[in-house]
Amino acid sequence: MKLRRVKAIAAKEVLQIWRDPRSLMIALLLPFTQMFLFGYGVNLDLKHIPTCTFDREGSQQSQDLFKRFQASNYFAITRNVDSYGALVAAIDRADCKIAVVVPPDFSERLNDVGTTSVQAILDATDDNTANIAIGYATAVVQGYSSDVQLAWLDRQGETLQQVQPLVVQSRVWFNEDLESRNFIIPGLVAVIMALVGAQLTSLTIAREWERGTMELLISTPVRKSEVMVGKLAPYLVLGWIDAAFCLAMAGLWFGVPFRGTLLTLFVTTTLFLAVVLSIGYLLSVLIPNQAGASQVALLVTMIPTVLLSGYVFPIDQMPWFIQQITYLIYSRYYVTIIKAVFLKGSGIPELALPILFLTIYATAVVVLALRAFRKRLD
Amino acid sequence: MSEPHPPIVAAEGVTKRFADVVAVNDLSFTVSRGEIFGLVGPDGAGKTATMRMLAGVMQPEQGRIVIDGIDVVADPEEAKQHISYMPQRFGLYEDLTVDENIRFYADLFEVPPDVRAQRAERLLAASGMSQFRGRLAGQLSGGMKQKLGLTCALVHTPQILLLDEPTTGVDPVSRRDFWRILYGLREEGVTILISTAYLDEAERCNRLALLHAGRVLYCDTPAALKRRMPGALIAISSPAGRQVQELVARAPGVRNVILVGDGVHAVVDDADRRIAELRAALERAGLPYDQIGVAEASIEDVFVALLEDDGASG
Amino acid sequence: MNADQAAEAQVVAENLVKRFGSFVAVDNVSFRIARGEIMGFLGPNGAGKSTIIRVLCGLLRPSAGRAIVAGIDVTRDPEGVRERIGYMSQKFSLYRDLTVEENLKFFGGIYRVPRAELRERMRFAIDMAGLAGREHAIVATLAGGWQQRLALGCAVLHRPPILFLDEPTSGVEPASRRRFWELIHTLAADGVSILVSTHYMDEAEYCDRAALINQGRLIALDSPAALRRTALGGELLLVECDALGPALDALTQAPGVIDCSVFGSALHVLVADAEQGRRELPAFLASRGLSASRVERIAPSLEDVFVQLIAADTTKRREAA
Repeated sequence: MKLRRVKAIAAKEVLQIWRDPRSLMIALLLPFTQMFLFGYGVNLDLKHIPTCTFDREGSQQSQDLFKRFQASNYFAITRNVDSYGALVAAIDRADCKIAVVVPPDFSERLNDVGTTSVQAILDATDDNTANIAIGYATAVVQGYSSDVQLAWLDRQGETLQQVQPLVVQSRVWFNEDLESRNFIIPGLVAVIMALVGAQLTSLTIAREWERGTMELLISTPVRKSEVMVGKLAPYLVLGWIDAAFCLAMAGLWFGVPFRGTLLTLFVTTTLFLAVVLSIGYLLSVLIPNQAGASQVALLVTMIPTVLLSGYVFPIDQMPWFIQQITYLIYSRYYVTIIKAVFLKGSGIPELALPILFLTIYATAVVVLALRAFRKRLD
Repeated sequence: MSEPHPPIVAAEGVTKRFADVVAVNDLSFTVSRGEIFGLVGPDGAGKTATMRMLAGVMQPEQGRIVIDGIDVVADPEEAKQHISYMPQRFGLYEDLTVDENIRFYADLFEVPPDVRAQRAERLLAASGMSQFRGRLAGQLSGGMKQKLGLTCALVHTPQILLLDEPTTGVDPVSRRDFWRILYGLREEGVTILISTAYLDEAERCNRLALLHAGRVLYCDTPAALKRRMPGALIAISSPAGRQVQELVARAPGVRNVILVGDGVHAVVDDADRRIAELRAALERAGLPYDQIGVAEASIEDVFVALLEDDGASG
Repeated sequence: MNADQAAEAQVVAENLVKRFGSFVAVDNVSFRIARGEIMGFLGPNGAGKSTIIRVLCGLLRPSAGRAIVAGIDVTRDPEGVRERIGYMSQKFSLYRDLTVEENLKFFGGIYRVPRAELRERMRFAIDMAGLAGREHAIVATLAGGWQQRLALGCAVLHRPPILFLDEPTSGVEPASRRRFWELIHTLAADGVSILVSTHYMDEAEYCDRAALINQGRLIALDSPAALRRTALGGELLLVECDALGPALDALTQAPGVIDCSVFGSALHVLVADAEQGRRELPAFLASRGLSASRVERIAPSLEDVFVQLIAADTTKRREAA
């Protein structure tokens, strides 16, 4: 490989990127807008779920229960209704997603028998939200229930220990606030880099074919490896800039805690960039027109990365068959790595396995791309 | 041209098929060092396919191509070190300036920077493009683009130049500049293979190969080619062109006749005899004419006549 | 052109200008084409030939000037113009995946050729193109020359009095090209006015008059013979000699020599007087130690003419500026 020729190819590519507004927009504007939109837009947490209450008793206890709902971050009481009809209407109108109904004999039964029930009615058109809301509601009610029990036991003269031998003390590690944002945004960086990276390089070879400059290029002594290295080098630099920007935005703007080292981040990101840029290059070689190449690049990166990389949907919840397929999704490894570096502070030794997979992937794609590019017209 | 030179380019039995079409059909020719050799023929004759195979960017199905002692089919990358190829479709980066284009190609061939600077200046001056160095290649006129393409091809002082239809659609002044550069290169001993669909450009070459449907119909100097013309060309200038054409078309010994702006051109078997006959016929018919006499056949006239002789015509 | 001829003029362009942004594609072009006349537009790529044709067809609005085609002002009624003309565009625009007949039917419909006539016109077109018996061939399978003739056929289905052919013979074999020109002559004999653009300079020979266009300007307009006689500003000699380089240098300074250039294995020398040149040049060369094996008068090609005309035009513009 002659450095002179590699430099010539790289210099030319830089000039062409600089003078092509489309490339520049993809490189600089796209990551910023994507981070911004999806960083704020995607949020799996539920807070202030609109709630309406139907107090059929109207006692001190029922009001206490409702106060707990109000006090919890997760619920926001938007209205009180006084009939089932009004309740149903409220749900239909989407004034509330959950309605809590206290029966007319609530306090009576609590004081007497010790058991009663509280009704929760949910709008389950979004059943994910409904499930979570039920969970929260149950927790609130359980809390109230324990307090009632304690008070009752107090009156009987018993202690807590005898009645409730086991208490679950949960500690959440790595994402104490259980902020969904903290695990979504690092994954978002992976999605954006996968997308942008492949888009950038998917045009480079196709452009030369479309403009007619490829025929002359392959008639010179330049080698395939020189072409590849020369062409990818400027995009690697662009990729670093983009990645740095997105990661900085994740940490500094969105406040995702960063517990790892910059070195780990740099090494792993470079590896990932090598993979996505080479994939774009390979597509550019296989599809010699720009429109086609960039569309296929979009398909091949976007959908697998969003759905199967563990970005939002956990891999271990997928059917076994699909889980095996995710081993082929390169972004899966980077998603794992990024979340680990940010939230767990993992270093290179801990991430040896995903790093290894990424390296294998990169090697495979590079070899494929080199072989696919032929210095021939036929 | 007086002493024999060993062939620097030799094609033997080259064949190339695209799907069902045989683009190049058992093609053979040789080119001597320091000559301008023309691959001449209409579109579809196989010129571009042949040039691409010579340049090593396409493989023939059969046949051998040897350039400067190197087997191009077996070792195309080695051959590429010795040739410079200018494909029909520019090859220039329209979003790079003239200077940046030249620099790029110079770097690909590892030309030292000072040599490059010197060569570039000389070549650009010869093409009248010195003041356009900073202009984007996409903003040059067609003729200037071709001259830039040639400059890029020449910056590494190749010994063998392959030019695929470099003057198609180019303005005559630029075409002239272009040929002036080529003649200058010939003086320096560079071998030039140039393909063209303009049959009249064939006259500018030392030797040429006339191609048709992928085969070499004929290979020699332009002068010898014209001598090979079957029959002779007669020109009749007359204001009554169409009537003259009809009359001549019916006359004996006339192979073909075409209408031209100021009269008629006819290919006949025996000039002297037929001129006399036609003159008499015209006078009998009362058709006016200014002149009737032998004219120099153009390469195109010869080409058409040879093809008709061959029995192949479209 | 006298008054009668002007009245007959089917195509009139007066001071046509077309600008694209700051780029002047057509610069003050004026000409007339009479009935049954074949006018050639010659010039290199990008000279503005296609642009002029498109303006005349009503496909582009002129920035200034007037164009009148078949008596209709192109700017005021572009649609009306289209019914009176036949147009063959530069890029082959028949449907390659349809058959010969299907293409003809399609264009017959587009031009609203009356049904009663269509059969007969289609027959005419097929015979003209020499495609009898191949009506059901897919156009993509035909060779270039056949496709061109078919395209011409499609353009004349509705018997237009005027034809605009934009580089109709590009990429076509010489024999096919000649056949094509024969067709054009036949149509012209029927009174059709034909404007043909081409970048093959020698095709001007087939035209009644040739217009040379360069960089949007009309450099010359005359019959080919007249152009060759008068526009060159001299007479052309062919000089064959052994040492071309030194001979070129020497002859450039010879008396009576206007211009000198290499052409193949010989020199083309433009002199004021051919007879004088033939007599004196061999001696001149001999005095420099060079010998000429042949000195002969040759007819200049239209390209030689064009080069001289451009040079003259450039000088004129420089002096005017």
